[in-house]
Amino acid sequence: MASDREFNLIGKSPLRVDGMAKCAGQTKFADDLSMPRMLFAKLHRSPVAHAKIVGIDTSKAEAMPGVVAVLTGKSMPIPFGILPVSQDEHVLAFDKVRFIGDPVAAVAAVDEGTAYEAMLAIEVTYEELPVVLNAEQALANEAPAIHDYGDDGNVHKRVSMQFGDVEQAFEDSDEIFTDITLFGSNTHLAMEQHASLGHVAADGRVTIHSSTQTPHYLHKAACKVLELPPSRVRIIATPNGGGFGGKSDPFNHEIVVAKLSQVTNRPVKISLTREEVFQCHRGRHTVLMKSRMGMTKDGKITGIHFQSLLDGGSYGSFGVATTYYTGALQTVTYEVPTYRFDGVRAFTNKAPSGPKRGHGTPQPRFAIEVQLDKAAEKLGIDPAELRLRMIQPPESVTANWLYVNSIGLAECIEKVVEGSGWKERFGKLPRGHGLGLACSSYISGAGLPIYWNAMPHSGVQLKVDRGGGVAVFCGETEIGQGSDTVLATCVAEVLGLELLDVRVCAGDTDLTPVDLGSYSSRVTLMMGNAAIQAAERAREIIGKHAAKRMGIPGNRVVFAGNRVFDAEDPERGMSFSEAVQIAEAEQGTIGTVGSYSPPPNPGRYRGSGVGPTATYSYTAAVVEIFADEETGMIEVDKVWIAHDIGRALNRNLVIGQVEGGVYMGLGEALMEDMAYREKRRGVLKHPSMLEYKSITTHEMPEVITTLVEHPDPRGPFGAKEVGQGPLLPMMPAVANALHDALGVRVDQVPIHPDLVMKALKAKDKRAGPKKFPDLLITDTQRVKTQAEGGDGTAPRSPKEKAVQS
Amino acid sequence: MMRLPKFTWRAPETVAEVAKILHEEGPEAKVVAGGTDLYPNMKWRVETPKTVVSLRKVEGLTGIDWRDDGSLRIGPGQTLRSLERDERIAAELPGLHTAMKSISTPLLRNMGTIGGNLCLDTRCNYYNQSYEWRRSIDFCMKCKGDTCWVAPSSPVCWAVNSSDGVPMMVALGATLRFTSADGEREVTADDLYAGEDGRAWMTRRPDEVMTDIVIPAQNGARTVYQKLRRRGTFDFPVLGVAARIVMNGAVQSVDLIIGAVGPVPVRAGKAEELLLGSTLSDETIEQAAALAQKSATPLDNTDFAFPWRRQMVPVFVKRALLEARGQV
Repeated sequence: MASDREFNLIGKSPLRVDGMAKCAGQTKFADDLSMPRMLFAKLHRSPVAHAKIVGIDTSKAEAMPGVVAVLTGKSMPIPFGILPVSQDEHVLAFDKVRFIGDPVAAVAAVDEGTAYEAMLAIEVTYEELPVVLNAEQALANEAPAIHDYGDDGNVHKRVSMQFGDVEQAFEDSDEIFTDITLFGSNTHLAMEQHASLGHVAADGRVTIHSSTQTPHYLHKAACKVLELPPSRVRIIATPNGGGFGGKSDPFNHEIVVAKLSQVTNRPVKISLTREEVFQCHRGRHTVLMKSRMGMTKDGKITGIHFQSLLDGGSYGSFGVATTYYTGALQTVTYEVPTYRFDGVRAFTNKAPSGPKRGHGTPQPRFAIEVQLDKAAEKLGIDPAELRLRMIQPPESVTANWLYVNSIGLAECIEKVVEGSGWKERFGKLPRGHGLGLACSSYISGAGLPIYWNAMPHSGVQLKVDRGGGVAVFCGETEIGQGSDTVLATCVAEVLGLELLDVRVCAGDTDLTPVDLGSYSSRVTLMMGNAAIQAAERAREIIGKHAAKRMGIPGNRVVFAGNRVFDAEDPERGMSFSEAVQIAEAEQGTIGTVGSYSPPPNPGRYRGSGVGPTATYSYTAAVVEIFADEETGMIEVDKVWIAHDIGRALNRNLVIGQVEGGVYMGLGEALMEDMAYREKRRGVLKHPSMLEYKSITTHEMPEVITTLVEHPDPRGPFGAKEVGQGPLLPMMPAVANALHDALGVRVDQVPIHPDLVMKALKAKDKRAGPKKFPDLLITDTQRVKTQAEGGDGTAPRSPKEKAVQS
Repeated sequence: MMRLPKFTWRAPETVAEVAKILHEEGPEAKVVAGGTDLYPNMKWRVETPKTVVSLRKVEGLTGIDWRDDGSLRIGPGQTLRSLERDERIAAELPGLHTAMKSISTPLLRNMGTIGGNLCLDTRCNYYNQSYEWRRSIDFCMKCKGDTCWVAPSSPVCWAVNSSDGVPMMVALGATLRFTSADGEREVTADDLYAGEDGRAWMTRRPDEVMTDIVIPAQNGARTVYQKLRRRGTFDFPVLGVAARIVMNGAVQSVDLIIGAVGPVPVRAGKAEELLLGSTLSDETIEQAAALAQKSATPLDNTDFAFPWRRQMVPVFVKRALLEARGQV
């Protein structure tokens, strides 16, 4: 693969291919779409958090002028969901509702105002059930089960796994640190509210345009519920006005518009209100954590026993994966020779939690990085030095059988230490001012697909036009992260073209090969590798005929500057379009394909599918804050962040993602709070952009970004992910900076000012959770580590053996 | 998206016409100037007026007029932005300038008016919610329901006066003039915000339209406004401290008004008594701040933990008094 050669586009910052259209207002987001005879839909959502549905009376709504159709759940009885193991959602609930906001009926009317009034006129009779509003309550199993599946009662998933002898490692430790931390829920807050348009063609085929990050998975869910073969359903992912994981589940409203369009034979659009977007949620799980970490006095980790209790909300969503993610990546940053993880995800009567930027890993990252800060203090070792001493080696296998390829974490730490003047300033700033450091890691795409299959994770098709233009087809979805630009860049770089010579056709299940979607930071790595393969195949065809025409060996052909020429005599050559015409004349229409599957992972135990990736990105950050000791309010003055990107494909896009991660992370650290009123029937406390507080440009500090670039052989041109990793260190870095500023620990996010005041007054100078419940683990999967001579498998448990015999 | 309910739009050109419409339509009519408060409330269906009366074309509702006696007449239709940008207000009434500048965002200050800000509906995070949200808690007494969910045993509503202009106008001793079909009347800001109930916090009648805001000559009084909110832009106050102090060696007169802690601004009377005649020493300021805290009882219906908001009262009173001490 290209490594040290000069690039035309890679590493530079050409304008993103969708940039001008977005600036000019030409981009059509889902809510911009309109069709003749189009109807508008509204969902009637449950006003109660947990109830049996006794009756639904739609007669008043149906009688209203302008109302064309009203749907209830019995018309779509087949359940769906993102994970095969939790197909627990119905498009419209018909037996029971599980949270305030659960859709029960749908209306299509001639305009949105009429649809709204009709929606209000639907009368549903409920028989209310006791509600469960937090995970501890759910674990205690006091209320009737929210679902009739799961591990027991309201425990959706309980997992326990151990790698090596953790208890022995604790015995051999000089210090054991035990900390209980709480990470509060927050939501994606994408600027674009979800919207979808469904229509049925005269031939009966259904199309859904939707602001989705995962058209392929929506395709599967819609076909299942609508009982149509995939060839009769087309999903077109519109450009998303931000996703962050909030548009990666298939949603009720997306399937509702398709069904309504079938019923009415007219196009039907729905655009959610901000409150409904809060109800869709799928954001960060609230996670209560307990971490026990053994260390030697010179600062080496001997073992970690990590426990997490996740508040899953009312449906499965990605939650089983999230549960594993709260345990998976603790081992890929620092050497952790022995490791145990116990996790429980509980169902509660709240909006469903799911994947948000960092998916299940920001919570444990917060716990671990704050714990390391405390450990450094206790051991008398500088926090940066402590981390530098324990970094996981490259090309190694962790205790839990994750393969780490390249790792640039040490250099990241060095860069932010240097940039922030850490050595001269940490611990020495005037009271109220503080510096905090934290590190993190993230996957460059999940190693396994959502549903088991042996096919590629990303496919790319290339059509070369005799005029010199190239069309590239891929199921990837532009959610603002720049995937269209990365796709065009990879193709243009290989073929020596400009970005505008490449036409991107993305996210259309009829036209584009499957790419699994814009989640898990997978697109650049997987789609990029697939695109490079397709482009290289096209280059080979075109180059072969060009070489023949020029009378030179194939290996001397160069593609650059829209030309195809002889490396030894650059004057000798032809334009790219001439070369295409020669090739087309010789062998017919030119089209190629490329595809990518991540490498297999060494772990083969239950749960080993969550965590592996082709390569991990690494980040280190230092945050400087001012904390007002009279109020407890925190201002962030400056952030230094270094990210191990492997190689930046488009420098501006990468820096934009880093800064976006910083922005989102600071919001989570300081204020974002998906709060419910538990004493008021479980309503969301403030489902609006005014009262759900997120930082604004006004609070955004200066960010000094350093990109650490050592191309990873597994990445396209050496690139790793950047969409999620840089968010992760923000929350612990702020908490650690607060300790430097005022000498207090707030082991909880968001760090609301009252918690700071509470910590200042507390004897132990700490605020945060004090208790962690018994997770009632009865069966722990034991896996030998590589050091113990293991092979990545777990011996079968007695229970499994019993089933076998 | 959220849609406005249907209503009749009226756009009269004189105050007399406005008064006539309001008289005829009764409480079913609402006046609108900038619309930054009314329209969101209408989308939430907490306000569903049959008639919306625009004040935009009405003559005589604007102007920033300094009079020879040093008093200032402001037309209620002046945008918040225009007051923020007025150089003489910034120089002579820094407290008012700060209050105006701190309201919401520049975009909304371009639309919102001072009259609208002074008539801002009280706010509560049980009230400023969609119809569907409020239905799920069986509504509250401020709209369609019987209970104040902030304090369920309370006979009154605890929605919060969240205006930055109101406490400042009270501190400045402003007078408001209203016109109705019955004629004109004048009321001091102190008397206007006299209702002890978030549903009836203002003695303005629904058929009255504000025509003038008059701020008396300040004669060198120091004016300050200190605002607590989550973010340095955009947010309503969850605590606002407005102070007006005349110093002549010692404090000659003092108005210390605490906003955004209840349905109406609260005068910290005990603290004022202590400050009167003092030299604003550090010790006096600390004592006054502690006394002021007793006048404020914020509840759990805005951003932030409410015990913390109460804890912040003395901090912000102290900051206001220190700022006033430093002003020359």
